[in-house]
Amino acid sequence: MKKAFPILALLTLILLGYAGYMALSPNGAPTEQTMGNVQRIFYYHVPSAWCAFLLFFINFGASIYYLIKRSQAADIVALVSAEVGVVFCTIVLITGPIWARPVWGIWWTWDMRLTSTLLLWLIYVSYLFLRRFSSSGQTAALAAALAVFGALCVPFVYFSIWFFRTQHPQPVLGGGGSIDPRMLHVLLLNWLAFSCFGFLVCWARYRVEKLQRDVDEAHAMRSLMDLRNPRQQRSA
Amino acid sequence: MTSNPYLFAAYAVTWIIHVGYLSIIVSRYARLKREIKELKD
Repeated sequence: MKKAFPILALLTLILLGYAGYMALSPNGAPTEQTMGNVQRIFYYHVPSAWCAFLLFFINFGASIYYLIKRSQAADIVALVSAEVGVVFCTIVLITGPIWARPVWGIWWTWDMRLTSTLLLWLIYVSYLFLRRFSSSGQTAALAAALAVFGALCVPFVYFSIWFFRTQHPQPVLGGGGSIDPRMLHVLLLNWLAFSCFGFLVCWARYRVEKLQRDVDEAHAMRSLMDLRNPRQQRSA
Repeated sequence: MTSNPYLFAAYAVTWIIHVGYLSIIVSRYARLKREIKELKD
């Protein structure tokens, strides 16, 4: 497993480079006629949103599993997927306004898609704050319950465009919008690249979290040993 | 390759966030390695 990581990291780096080239070069994705080159933000904005949604669903599955089985591994998967999902969601919330400014003439509008995405981000940021700063023994269970409610917002964010009048364009897939096949190809390529990257980041973060818990356990064991053998401690 | 200040800003911000997060993970890993070494000593 340790040897697989650098190989997969190298392959992902190559894939990201190729996907980035295809997104930025007119030889890859064609230039959109109305918006021009600024539309190429789409190839980072949309895959980041899809990755965030996917990670929030993984967080949901892992949280349900934790609530049923109280599995330590599921708890770590839930934490890691939420953290990396927040990173992707932050990118969505920053690249969106950067794209909106030249196209709509405004950085932000309080329409349903944008507001619900911001709310989703706030839910998962509060989830991470809960995990970071709560010292209760029930933190993992409380966070898992919050994650279940957070995940319920994901379909609402995606389909909010259907239910409400909004300035945001229709979803690319399953939303009735149309897209040039070459653009779709580059979009899916970037999604694949960012998904592989997200998976690797989750993998690295999982290992760090596992190590952190092992170290915390070792510290706790050492404190117990010191309490049980105060004479040895004094003589040492 | 295409050039547009908004496009550049969006791509730059994306990679700054990803690299920043990765550097946090790497620094935590290095700190944990140091702690493990101290525990073993």
